[in-house]
Amino acid sequence: MAGRIPLVLLACGSFNPITHQHMRLFELARDHMHQTDMLSLSLHFAGLYRVVGGIVSPVGDNYGKQGLVVSKHRLAMARLALQSSDWVSVDDWESQQADWTETVVTMRYHYDHIAAQYHNSKDPLTASDVPQLKLLCGADFMDTFKVPGLWRDDHVEEVVGRFGLVCVSRGSLQPDRAIHESDLLSRHRQRIFLVREWVHNEISATEVRRALRRGQSIKYLLPDSVIDYIREHNLYTQDSEMMNKEVKLRPLTMQTIQD
Amino acid sequence: MSSQEKTKVVLLACGSFNPITNMHLRMFELARDHLEDTGRYRVVKGIISPVGDSYKKKGLIEASHRLEMARLATLNSDWITVDDWESQQLEWVETAKVVRHHAELISSENNNDDVDTVKCGKRRKLEQNTIICQSSSYINTKEDPPRLNLLCGADVLESFGVPNLWKPEDIEEIVGRYGVACITRCGSDPEKFINQSDVLYKHRKNIHMVREWVTNEISATHVRRALRRGQSVRYLLPDPVARYIQEHSLYSVESEQKNDNAILAPFQRYTSAN
Repeated sequence: MAGRIPLVLLACGSFNPITHQHMRLFELARDHMHQTDMLSLSLHFAGLYRVVGGIVSPVGDNYGKQGLVVSKHRLAMARLALQSSDWVSVDDWESQQADWTETVVTMRYHYDHIAAQYHNSKDPLTASDVPQLKLLCGADFMDTFKVPGLWRDDHVEEVVGRFGLVCVSRGSLQPDRAIHESDLLSRHRQRIFLVREWVHNEISATEVRRALRRGQSIKYLLPDSVIDYIREHNLYTQDSEMMNKEVKLRPLTMQTIQD
Repeated sequence: MSSQEKTKVVLLACGSFNPITNMHLRMFELARDHLEDTGRYRVVKGIISPVGDSYKKKGLIEASHRLEMARLATLNSDWITVDDWESQQLEWVETAKVVRHHAELISSENNNDDVDTVKCGKRRKLEQNTIICQSSSYINTKEDPPRLNLLCGADVLESFGVPNLWKPEDIEEIVGRYGVACITRCGSDPEKFINQSDVLYKHRKNIHMVREWVTNEISATHVRRALRRGQSVRYLLPDPVARYIQEHSLYSVESEQKNDNAILAPFQRYTSAN
């Protein structure tokens, strides 16, 4: 893999709780960017990369999403889940900020951090480039770009245009349609890597929380260590799901809809 | 309803388990939740019974590996176990025979537990008018053995209709004498299928349809395909199983060619018998 561009994948989200599906995103994205699958549909530019790290960045409590449990727990669960991973780690910078932080701000922070590390340790004899940072997401994330007031145009421009997206398709959602329907995304389609998840697996954090409320088993949907943590702290009940019920999502209160 | 009045159930899953995945393990959890949710059952045990090598399915690797992977996968389960009886038989064993074998095992284990009541029963034969043994408290302490249910996906139930794959009397025995817990995909219509088969309809009370509301199609086929292509299977199956596969370099292009020209054991047995 000499001569390839080093790449770090950043996943932002609630991780409420983290599940096997979240962790699969990283595995699928890494394989795709390494292009081990010769039948990959997104042939352009994949294979030029060497994935050197993955970051799980849980959103802060001020996001205001319904059912969001405190970040202390969401961080602890993510750490337990990723204990055995040798390349993906959990970062708490975003969740530690006083107010909700736009995705692009989180990306800038991590990019600056990665670039600083690179410049400090750069061995003049190695030919590697400064690592790139791309946002790792599911196909449902692509649809959020068209929700009024949720994203600033200049932020989308920077997230996609400057950094880039690695988007893993899930179930029947078609991310290429979301790209097609957006002029901005279409303009940057070279910077959006679409990864097909062939296995139909729609088990989500929402489903896990639902099963927990109903006393059903969640075993094998997420690591045992996370399940134990959830039971120890009695997370995810009828009450926890009611959190933020009347609250508006922070990004919607923060930004004005641009005419 | 007190727990004494609930019917105890043991779930038995037969299959290739080539390899075992999180989906297989979820089936047990979903079925247990479903049965216990009715309030009538208490699921006491789960058994994974990998098929023998003589089944001759394409891509089927050695039973010893498949057993070990299943064991690794169930280390952290307090109720699901792995059984090697089926895979140790020299010839392929019909599912009905496997079910019968385990039902008999469960029954005799149950009898061995109730030593006092067995003695009492014998005494009853000798002393015909014994009042002691006829008292209701003795009758209630001898519990019925757990009911054995075959745990399977809807595809197995639907395979009952494939010619020469199943003996009609075996189907009758499995659904009639024992029972089935069948995991159905959302989008499928399980009741319709039962309705279309006389034998299934007749024993519909013994068939528990477990609705899987959220799709989870992690299949062993997909896992093997990913492995052949050097892709990650992490989080599709338990970590110890993924490590075992890697350590032993299981599942390659070569392994998928195993049994390529062989005839599946049931077809060979039933068509030659015609």
